[in-house]
Amino acid sequence: MATDTQQPGHRLDKRPGGGGPPQAIRRFLLDNGALSALVVLVAVLALVNGNFLTTTNLLNVGEQAAVTAILAFGVTFAIVAGGIDLSVGSVAAFSGIMLGWFTTTQGMPAFLGVILAILTGTACGLLNGVLISYGKLPPFIATLAMLSAARGLLLVVSQGNPILMPDSLSWMGENIGGWLPTQVIVMLVMGLIAALILNRTYNGRAMYAIGGNEEAAHLSGIRVRRQKLVIYTLVGAFAAVAGIVLTSRLASAQPTGAEGFELDAIAAVVIGGASLAGGVGKASGTLIGALILAVLRNGLNLLDVSAFWQQVVIGVVIALAVLLDTLRRRT
Amino acid sequence: MTTPDPPPARELLRTEGIRKTFPGVVALDGVDFDLRAGEVHVLLGENGAGKSTLIKVLSGAYRADAGRVLREGRAVRIAGAEAAEKLGIATIHQEFNLVPQLSIAENIFLGRQPRRLGMVDRKKMEADAKVLLERVGVTAPPRTPVGKLGIAGRQMVEIAKALSLRTRVLIMDEPTAVLTSEEVDRLFAIVRRLRSEGVGIVFITHHLEEIPALGDRVTVLRDGRSVGQVPATTPQDELVRLMVGRSIEQQYPRETVKAEDAAASAAPLLRVSGLRRQGVFEDISFEVRAGEVVGIAGLVGAGRTEVVRAVFGADGYDAGRVEVAGKRLPGGDVCASHTVGLGLVPEDRKGQGLLPDASVSDNLSLVSMREASKGGLVDRGGLRKDAARIADRLGVRMAGLDQHVRTLSGGNQQKVVIGKWLLAKSRVLILDEPTRGIDVGAKVEIYQLINELTASGHAVLMISSDLPEVLGMSDRVLVMSQGRIAGELTAREATQDAVMALAVGTSAPGSTSEMEDSPRGH
Repeated sequence: MATDTQQPGHRLDKRPGGGGPPQAIRRFLLDNGALSALVVLVAVLALVNGNFLTTTNLLNVGEQAAVTAILAFGVTFAIVAGGIDLSVGSVAAFSGIMLGWFTTTQGMPAFLGVILAILTGTACGLLNGVLISYGKLPPFIATLAMLSAARGLLLVVSQGNPILMPDSLSWMGENIGGWLPTQVIVMLVMGLIAALILNRTYNGRAMYAIGGNEEAAHLSGIRVRRQKLVIYTLVGAFAAVAGIVLTSRLASAQPTGAEGFELDAIAAVVIGGASLAGGVGKASGTLIGALILAVLRNGLNLLDVSAFWQQVVIGVVIALAVLLDTLRRRT
Repeated sequence: MTTPDPPPARELLRTEGIRKTFPGVVALDGVDFDLRAGEVHVLLGENGAGKSTLIKVLSGAYRADAGRVLREGRAVRIAGAEAAEKLGIATIHQEFNLVPQLSIAENIFLGRQPRRLGMVDRKKMEADAKVLLERVGVTAPPRTPVGKLGIAGRQMVEIAKALSLRTRVLIMDEPTAVLTSEEVDRLFAIVRRLRSEGVGIVFITHHLEEIPALGDRVTVLRDGRSVGQVPATTPQDELVRLMVGRSIEQQYPRETVKAEDAAASAAPLLRVSGLRRQGVFEDISFEVRAGEVVGIAGLVGAGRTEVVRAVFGADGYDAGRVEVAGKRLPGGDVCASHTVGLGLVPEDRKGQGLLPDASVSDNLSLVSMREASKGGLVDRGGLRKDAARIADRLGVRMAGLDQHVRTLSGGNQQKVVIGKWLLAKSRVLILDEPTRGIDVGAKVEIYQLINELTASGHAVLMISSDLPEVLGMSDRVLVMSQGRIAGELTAREATQDAVMALAVGTSAPGSTSEMEDSPRGH
């Protein structure tokens, strides 16, 4: 082995020497803390409550996780690049309202409405990107402004009233083959797209570079400003998809929809192992993070824990997740 | 200037045999120094000679490993900034310790504001500040936020703060480096007044012409030792000889003369002409040919890093042109530099060169990612193979390509930064302090790498503050001083004395001294 490597890295695929299988399992569990936590959580809930491990309930969990997960995939881009996006909840709701407005109020065909709704979210993201890259606003501030502005715009459009979805869109809220929820499919597809972007595309690799060390990325020829524009535009597009999924689940676009969801999305990303300092994060981790939140809520409901206490538990879980991650990095 | 032959003036401070080591480096190796009341004692030495370490020991930032400090004859322990303050020792560092948003008065009395009934007594604080400001010749009202003052004004606030602490020993680390010539005159007037009041002043400067104008005695440090104590009237040549007269004949693997002959016929790969940025550098013209190493020597703050960053496109410039292999670069565009094959290995390896928490493979692929993309998708498999090849060629010692670069040693990290440009097939490499903070063994490996690169037709432009390194590795040496190229020396002409003489500006008479270097710390 090398002599002057002070400490081997965390993610070595080939560990020279290394311990036996128990060591490897321990290492795997430590390196995949969120996954281990999810497995433990599911096992405990399955033991405690017989209704938990049923296909119906698990699909229900999937449905509950879908909107948060899709929002969180987008937020992963921002966080990996060392930024943040607080506006995703408002942008999702705005896109949902626009979907209702185009299809119901204006009577446009469903597919056109969906495209325009996605464009709405994308435009919000693009505006975030412009403010951040060219206006030099900190991402926190730019997206905080968008959080307020997008919510306000949707109230203007909807006059504060919910908009019912036309029948032509009702299939999105139903199950395929009578059992598989469309939303779970959309969540998985968006997850795959997010993973593809992060791992395989130039934009995705640039996110890791910018989040890892913006100055080094700049000096290595990455056009940082242009990439930030792309990043926040993508976040907006993902938020729009989340908004459409939410709208179809409720069969109507709600002016108060997705309020506070940005915080769940950030929590999912962080529980999934991303670092708010940037440069670290995975789509799979984010999916697991969103699933942990959904499983917790579902399990606590099954166990008749009050909604008030549920919030306390979720707070504890977020703190624990990051605490464990910090401890792991220190060793 | 009128230095009366000091009749036994009271001794304020004395150090005996101060020694300080850092892992792998002896920074101070037995420094003897003394300071009398009412004198300006100049501390002189090259970059890295130990001046900063010594003043950090005196101001309590470092604890010496051996030796003792005497304050008016009494052995003292300076355990921290507070202890130094109690002993009447104040230090004005190159980077000021001021809060720009707070007022002048608040900065002077930070942490010890006069109080009445538990509340800060603003009136008294501002009145006291006014008295102090008058002593240092600042006319701005005490309520002015420090951020509104210029560099010189802030320096005066630091001095006022030191006065408010009843300072007997005032240490000033290169106070003139960031001042214009009129500001320097004003500073000197204040320093002379303090001297006449009996304060002892330790004054660090690189500008030799300031020494007879202000100083009384000079102590020269070299390689962590005090090598001489001479009067301030000592001729400059003699001071330079004391500063550089080291005998370490380190082995540098470069056969400069052979390379020089080979390069003479080659076409220039990098040509810079008339480069200028207002107030930072001007009239910068040079060439680097294939197979050649051109060194840039000069003191810290001479504008070397600013020039190479502008050449590379990391920062813009006001006038001039940069050509790589005959193609003109647009300026301020890193991407364009990379396309024509120009790479920069920055001075601050961790802060500007690496993604510390990413893998060796990802770091090596950073520059080449764009070329390795098709339809927006990056060929990571191909890049990984290339990265493995480069890591092998450079001999990067690692557990595997997935090891995080944060956990590599300094030398191996530097190989990764150089490697990312080699992976991108850059032909001209700019190396800014390539061996800083690297152990001796790894240094030689970097030198060998530089030789291999030039042998295969690369051109190398290297900044280094390590004089033996510049002399040992360069085929030609450009010496920068105050934002200009003060001279160009061939490998045969370049000696430590010749380089230092150009760097401190002794052989550049009548230089228009309106330079205003960007204030950069060490």
